Amino acid sequence: MGEEPGLTIAADGGQLRVAARGSWITPLLGRVGTELDRIEPRGATRGVFDLGAVDRMDTAGAWLIERTRARLADAGGDFSLAGVQPDHQRLLDRVKEAGKPEPLPEPPHHTLLDVVARLGKGTIGAFERGIELLNFLGAVVIAMVRVLLRPRRIRFTSFVSHIEQVGLDAMPIVGLITFLVGVVLAYQGVDQLRRFGAEVFMVDLVAVSALREMGILLTAIMVAGRSGSAFTAQIGTMQVNEEVDAMRTMGLDPIEVLVLPRVMALVVSVPLLTFFANMMALIGGGLMGYLLIDISPAQFASQVREAVSMWTFWVGIIKAPVFAFIIGMVGCFEGLKVQGSAESVGRLTTQSVVESIFLVIVFDALFSILFSYIGI
Amino acid sequence: MAGTTPPKTDDKPIIAISGLVNRFGRQTVHDGLDLEVRRGEVMGVVGGSGTGKSVLLRTIIGINRPAAGKIVVLGEEVTALSDAEWQAMQTRWGVLFQGGALFSSLTVAENIQVLLKEHTRLPRSVIDEITALKIRLVGLPANAAGKYPSELSGGMRKRAGLARALAMDPELLFLDEPTAGLDPIGASAFDRLIADLQKSLGLTVFMVTHDLDSLHAICDRIAVLVDKRIKIGTMEELLRDDHPWIREYFHGPRARAAGMS
Repeated sequence: MGEEPGLTIAADGGQLRVAARGSWITPLLGRVGTELDRIEPRGATRGVFDLGAVDRMDTAGAWLIERTRARLADAGGDFSLAGVQPDHQRLLDRVKEAGKPEPLPEPPHHTLLDVVARLGKGTIGAFERGIELLNFLGAVVIAMVRVLLRPRRIRFTSFVSHIEQVGLDAMPIVGLITFLVGVVLAYQGVDQLRRFGAEVFMVDLVAVSALREMGILLTAIMVAGRSGSAFTAQIGTMQVNEEVDAMRTMGLDPIEVLVLPRVMALVVSVPLLTFFANMMALIGGGLMGYLLIDISPAQFASQVREAVSMWTFWVGIIKAPVFAFIIGMVGCFEGLKVQGSAESVGRLTTQSVVESIFLVIVFDALFSILFSYIGI
Repeated sequence: MAGTTPPKTDDKPIIAISGLVNRFGRQTVHDGLDLEVRRGEVMGVVGGSGTGKSVLLRTIIGINRPAAGKIVVLGEEVTALSDAEWQAMQTRWGVLFQGGALFSSLTVAENIQVLLKEHTRLPRSVIDEITALKIRLVGLPANAAGKYPSELSGGMRKRAGLARALAMDPELLFLDEPTAGLDPIGASAFDRLIADLQKSLGLTVFMVTHDLDSLHAICDRIAVLVDKRIKIGTMEELLRDDHPWIREYFHGPRARAAGMS
């Protein structure tokens, strides 16, 4: 690639002589850059920069020489270049003409004040987002009513394909997870209840917790992670490509075309998924009952019927469409908020998952209060 | 990177392609294509849509593996390089992708510094100064340095992309449709910028373009992709060529508007 650049500095009397040699090209400039900065005029009023032995030069090299020359000239004194090859002269002129570059903007500092400011900004931002989300809720509901009044406008193909993606395709993973949770609940239940000689109540534990809470919560969290994030990423990417704007200019309402089919597909799929999840949890519990304490499947089934009322089952299922609506709405809302870059898609996708799981759990708590209030 | 001969002391072509074949599925894009680019020239590449201009560029820089053929760039055979050698080659050429392909999570200054930080041992302050210098060289305002690509206009993004391509002062510059999407004033300013930098930095430029004005203004020779091969010549030679596509290209209404025939 060439010889490492180097310097020979000689001062005699009022004259400073700096001779440069080697290849002054970007990858090799590391050491010589610091060396140049250390050159002091040391009282010399005249100086020569001899470039006769420089075999190659690029803009970075030219810039280093030019800035040193300018620095020494500023310190007082007549400083010139000598032995410059014509090719190099062109580069030096080019760099000189571009002038002394303005310093790059300082990266922001993080002081204590910034931390407080960020906290405030974050809090206000959270409230603003809440209001925006309420706005969006209104827009979705209006669009939904409009579409339901004129059912011809339902995007049936899109609706069905989303049901396949968010419902059918989620079945293996949701089923596996809830089955395992059923197994774990049964195992832990037997372990703890054995101390009271009440192992058999494990069935009640599994049935009540799976049907009321576990089935729906796990389903909702899986769906938020799987489908809510996918909605944000899909719509966000369309936003980056200006597809959403294109849609608007064609007189298509993005809420009607993109949001409604997704939200409605979730509202239909999640209750069905929840039912499936509940059954898998019971199967997991039943299997462990059979293996650990020798309860036959028939016994297990009849004890489940004793342990739970119809309402226990409905408490879980009623929550499903509400959670589905929240997940779908948040996913689409964040997707439509994407602006400009690919990075924003990633950030908002994360935000969409976190927000929808948070809201699901808040609403689960509200449901608990409501149900205990009305006594079911 | 070892074994480079200093510029202008040899007449070997900087890019030499022979017998290049590119296939996608059953579709053959290039069939026995030969091309030589001389050191220090501006080579424009034109061709109809789907004739594989961008594929050719991507093949030369080693992103796309050809089905057959030999490609020698800067004295190294690109297809035979190991991963490490190929990575080392990246500092010797700069590429400006069509949309700029700036990293969206970095500011313009950080985009330019990626290579400098990765491949040099320059002190931080010098890197900052070189960055600011490159920003000036491509004609961006100084305050563009701290901006993110999404905050820039299309033309500024291209300039920032060019600044990044020039970060390591490469000998060879690849441009993929540099003036596409720019207004005529911006496009001709960009043409002048490329010509100017090419002369003062002694670059060899390999440019895929559709812009007849750019071809006219800055290209020394033009390579035309027709019939899965390349026809090469200066503007005057191609104007005399009687291949039907080339005739239509250089004698069509747009060519007349550009004042060529």
